[in-house]
Amino acid sequence: MALDSKVPKGPIKDKWTDYKNKINLVNPANKRHIDVIVVGTGLAGGSASATLAELGYNVKAFAYQDSPRRAHSIAAQGGINAAKNYQGDGDSTYRLFYDTVKGGDYRSREANVYRLAEVSANIIDQCVAQGVPFARDYGGLLDNRSFGGVLVSRTFYAKGQTGQQLLLGAYSAMNRQIARGKIEMFNRHEMLDVVIVDGKARGIIARNLITGEIERHSAHAVVVASGGYGNVYFLSTNAMGSNVTAGWKIHKKGAYFANPCYTQIHPTCIPRSGDYQSKLTLMSESLRNDGRIWVPKNMDDVLAIREGKKKPTDLSEAERDYYLERRYPAFGNLVPRDVASRAAKERCDAGYGVNATGEAVYLDFASAITRYGTEQAKIHNINNPSDAKIYELGQKIVEAKYGNLFQMYEKIVDQNPYETPMMIYPAVHYTMGGVWVDYNLMTTIPGCYCIGEANFSDHGANRLGASALMQGLADGYFVLPYTIGDYLADDIRTGKISTETPEFEAAEKEVKDRIDFFVNNKGTKSVDYFHKKLGKVMWDKAGMSRNEAGLKEAMAEIKAIREEFWKEVSVPGGSDELNPELEKAGRVADFLELGELFAKDALMREESCGGHFREESAEESGPQKGEAKRDDVNFAFAAAWEYKGEPADAVLHKEELEFNDIELKQRSYK
Amino acid sequence: MNLTLKIWRQKDSNAKGQMVDYKVTEISEHMSFLEMMDVLNEQLVNSGEEPVAFDHDCREGICGMCSMYINGEAHGPDRGVTTCQLHMRMFKDGDTITIEPFRAAAFPVIKDLIVDRNSFERIQQAGGYISVNTSGNTQDANSLPISKHAADEAMDAATCIGCGACVATCKNSSAMLFVGAKVSQYALLPQGQVEAADRVKNMVAQMDLEGFGNCTNTGACEVECPKGISLDNIARMNRELMKASI
Repeated sequence: MALDSKVPKGPIKDKWTDYKNKINLVNPANKRHIDVIVVGTGLAGGSASATLAELGYNVKAFAYQDSPRRAHSIAAQGGINAAKNYQGDGDSTYRLFYDTVKGGDYRSREANVYRLAEVSANIIDQCVAQGVPFARDYGGLLDNRSFGGVLVSRTFYAKGQTGQQLLLGAYSAMNRQIARGKIEMFNRHEMLDVVIVDGKARGIIARNLITGEIERHSAHAVVVASGGYGNVYFLSTNAMGSNVTAGWKIHKKGAYFANPCYTQIHPTCIPRSGDYQSKLTLMSESLRNDGRIWVPKNMDDVLAIREGKKKPTDLSEAERDYYLERRYPAFGNLVPRDVASRAAKERCDAGYGVNATGEAVYLDFASAITRYGTEQAKIHNINNPSDAKIYELGQKIVEAKYGNLFQMYEKIVDQNPYETPMMIYPAVHYTMGGVWVDYNLMTTIPGCYCIGEANFSDHGANRLGASALMQGLADGYFVLPYTIGDYLADDIRTGKISTETPEFEAAEKEVKDRIDFFVNNKGTKSVDYFHKKLGKVMWDKAGMSRNEAGLKEAMAEIKAIREEFWKEVSVPGGSDELNPELEKAGRVADFLELGELFAKDALMREESCGGHFREESAEESGPQKGEAKRDDVNFAFAAAWEYKGEPADAVLHKEELEFNDIELKQRSYK
Repeated sequence: MNLTLKIWRQKDSNAKGQMVDYKVTEISEHMSFLEMMDVLNEQLVNSGEEPVAFDHDCREGICGMCSMYINGEAHGPDRGVTTCQLHMRMFKDGDTITIEPFRAAAFPVIKDLIVDRNSFERIQQAGGYISVNTSGNTQDANSLPISKHAADEAMDAATCIGCGACVATCKNSSAMLFVGAKVSQYALLPQGQVEAADRVKNMVAQMDLEGFGNCTNTGACEVECPKGISLDNIARMNRELMKASI
């Protein structure tokens, strides 16, 4: 099947408006007879559920947590971008579009990104109307901060809990519809397969996680909004339950999976401390507004710090290497995430890591505290303030901006970041790859949509900070509600979809057989054993930097782990009860397939772009020496993989990416 | 360190539960409490026993899923943290740690340490929202200035993660801190004024219907709240309710 992105014709700034003017609509009386299933209730799924219900469709929403409010969007910290230009610093729809395409290293689809930038301003209006308490200045107007990879302040925020507040906004909109009976909410349910009838997605098989009951749910369309697959690395900043299962199941039933190797390794996470570790914690990128990143200049100081003979605060300015400011004077500490992560790895690989594992760099707030303190002393007319007074005043400002992040750091690391610099190291955070969708956000299965982080569409090979929240809400509130109507307009006479059909029967049997296998297999090793083993291969060979030999090994090793998993996995407990080990087994089984496709995709892409760094493809000389080298002649396409059984047999389909409104250039942040 | 754990085990909502003793060894002080539980569960799986079921997800203190009652305190002995952020450095070698589910009539146990908090969902559905269409055709966000003070206070109230520690802690199993926080967030903002009276009446009525107790101003909820939600929110809710009733 040839890929058709269905991007409307015409100038980029008119595409979305013209499209909306021409699509088919469903009249309100008919919407009442149409059912839509939404899997996942984060920013994308939650906002989509609320809006579709408001439009009049009957929505069935599914979450594996005990409440929609607990989806992992809640953990997003820093903020949400919108081209409001409230700061008058030259922002515009075009500039947000441009920054996002450039930030994604020219591997995203122009038309989708432009539409995202276009609706971004509406999101802020919408959220304020819903009562989302964004930060404000003393005049009562909305405040902004800056994020990596851009030169304007366009990020709206609610302390360090922006994701939480936006999700609670979407959740409140859902609650309003749940109360009206327009959303039927299925908490503690997990989608385990999609059901396809006559070539169209017509329902899902779900497991009630409390009773273990396998349920059939039908609908006229299925929307997958199940988030990213960073947990394929075992350790990531994702929630423990975050998984690829919904996306992988639709992949196995015909949806192409695009660019699986595009992973965002976030530069500012708390370093790992031991083998028992279950997850990694992010420290928001917003901290790079005020924090300066450094390692010692001299190896003697590195060793002295590791041995506890010196403290970081003992080092003078001249003894510190602010390597981002040194290498990237234009963007400094606010370079995009992929660049900042690789730079940290470069220093640590060279031996300059500052903790026992050698995998940590400093994020220092001393300059910011002094700067804010001096400013506050002036505001309060304090003449000749002492250093201690300046520090006290400055600390208050930093606390107001990032207090909860500092507290979180202190609780985990047991060090006070107001007094000593934070230690940070890159960690897996977000996956730009995902299910391939066209301009309508529909997958290659008719009637099956994919939105938010779960799809591949808007961030190319690297996502800019504060853009995930923007995309989730744009897809759910403002894009899908239009595009799905165009499809459902053909379904007004279809009537209720029956679940008593051979297609549902077969899908249910497949799900039940797999569960029966797990609870009856007399293996010797826990699910986590396999998950950790997979994670290690992924991190070592398909992590921050990748090469041909390593990726080939990764494919073979993952296949071997998968084979051992199906022989040796042990799942205690039964199938007809709440059984967390059984839930994990199903998710890890899917990660073990995805992981191999991931490595295959990374092997195929013989260029460096965004978060995907191939050691064979780096600049060899000149001012950009060592930086990632893209190959636009051979790789300016989205790689959409078709399932053919074994992950290694997947077939590649290319969607050529055309850049008509932005000139393809080397991405420089120098 | 080596520890003895006394853990509530209960097969399902109908079964009778009991405390069961377990030993864990070589626990690092840098582990989080839930990583210690992972160690225990790995141990149980490897010996063919059923692991202890407990709720958890984000493991960074924001999703509100984790919910243990540790040594008689919701989320354990540390202040301002959820169980997932509690670290083993709060305990000593040789300690015995008692771990129970959050207990309240309105939070029935589902299994082991997992409870059913759907009562919170129904309270939110009764009025925890502003009735605005998600069409995007709203007015420009900056056409409605809101004082920084009010916005900050609303944000403080909105910080609630809905974990239920306040209920588990309260001797009356009152949910007033939770409900008060939600009512306050909207009461403090101009957008919330239109429906303020109906909102507080409906949410309080649903709270009573779910079987949560009343508030007797003991203040234990505020102490145990991992997000520092203030008792002021309960006072504000009562004021709003009074205003709505006259």
